[in-house]
Amino acid sequence: MLDKIWAIVKKDLITEMRTKELFTSMLTFSILVVVIFSFAFAFSTGLIKLAAPAMLWITFTFAGVLGLSRSFALEKEGNAVLGLLLTPTDRSLIYFGKLISGTIFVFVVGMIIVPMFVIFFNLDFVSTVLPLIPVVLLGSLGYVAVGTLFSAMAVNTRLREVLLPILLFPIIIPLIVSAVKLSSLVLEGKPLSDGYSALQLLIAFDIIFVAACAVVFEYVIEES
Amino acid sequence: MRRALTIATFLLLAVAAYMALVYAPTEPLMGHVQRLFYFHMGTVWVATVAFIIVFVASIMYLWKQTRGWDILAYCSAEIGVVFLTITILTGAIWAKPIWGTWWTWDPQLTTTFILWILYIVYLILRSSAGTSTRRAKFAAVFGIIAFIDLPLVYLSVRVMRGISPVVFGPGGGGIEPGMMHALLVNLAACSLLFIVLLLERMDLEKMGDVLARLRTREG
Repeated sequence: MLDKIWAIVKKDLITEMRTKELFTSMLTFSILVVVIFSFAFAFSTGLIKLAAPAMLWITFTFAGVLGLSRSFALEKEGNAVLGLLLTPTDRSLIYFGKLISGTIFVFVVGMIIVPMFVIFFNLDFVSTVLPLIPVVLLGSLGYVAVGTLFSAMAVNTRLREVLLPILLFPIIIPLIVSAVKLSSLVLEGKPLSDGYSALQLLIAFDIIFVAACAVVFEYVIEES
Repeated sequence: MRRALTIATFLLLAVAAYMALVYAPTEPLMGHVQRLFYFHMGTVWVATVAFIIVFVASIMYLWKQTRGWDILAYCSAEIGVVFLTITILTGAIWAKPIWGTWWTWDPQLTTTFILWILYIVYLILRSSAGTSTRRAKFAAVFGIIAFIDLPLVYLSVRVMRGISPVVFGPGGGGIEPGMMHALLVNLAACSLLFIVLLLERMDLEKMGDVLARLRTREG
């Protein structure tokens, strides 16, 4: 079972390693967003520090949607999804494979966005980046859990990639809210345990949606 | 039978409007604007029931894969959105003179607002999802995920604001009998209206199916 999931993960990682199209587009996009934010806040450092957690997760959310919308669009090209469906496995294993590879992509991009914020907005490196690692990891997991399901759906609709953020953003509100809460605690130099209820909510979101999406995934994936 | 139900619904709606606007005593502090509360409660009650129906019908659809459950989920979602829109509008009109603002981001209001957006997205998804079995499957999946999300949305707003919700309007205890009568009649009238609208809307959807079948047969 694990080797089947790993085969899908490996396939996605190799594809990305060869093309590098997801990483480059997500990263370039994130840098652009950070630059736009800097200009929008007119370099007033006080404001930027207050708004940094929200900006971080807005950047994360929008960059992530770029990656997710390609996740199944790539499978559709050349009808590669047919190959996935023909593998003699349970459909939910395809979901877990896609979930893990997607989480890796989004997490890595997230962990590049964080230092970027540290550098551009003059935050403290060690006390910011280290405690944010679990937050970004949990955030990526929940984000991709719902995003993978909706990406498989959106690619088969008339609106395609346009539909993905419309489906995804209202659902991930609890995730973003708790991640922003935890990130602002980190930027204030407080321990994560101060935001215990937010951390609980974030973990609950991950568990609930990984389970729910794995169950319903078989209904949305199809060849066409 | 259907005709009698429709007539009864409209009669009851008239009675409900009378009870809310004339029969119920005027609230001493808020004045006449408080009378909106009866419609506010009636519509939010219907919207809640409608979205629970969407959730249950979505699960049933994924299980049984029959068109009937899909029609039920779709029609219920559509009516739920209309009623919830009325809830939000009456709430805002009431809040302006009472709270001094049209809107505040308290947990109840925020959750209601996101509930409203989620089911509008549900309708957008349906209109974009092409063939009928695919549309039904996608909509059912979204209907389930959206419903699961709601308690988390509510919790998240509480986490963010760090406040507990304040319930305005009369609670169970101190409500005057006249107000209680008006409220109950309004709840009944809105429920009946929902049933009538749902039955009519489902018939319309079924007729649409028949028409589509006839068209393909004619070529």
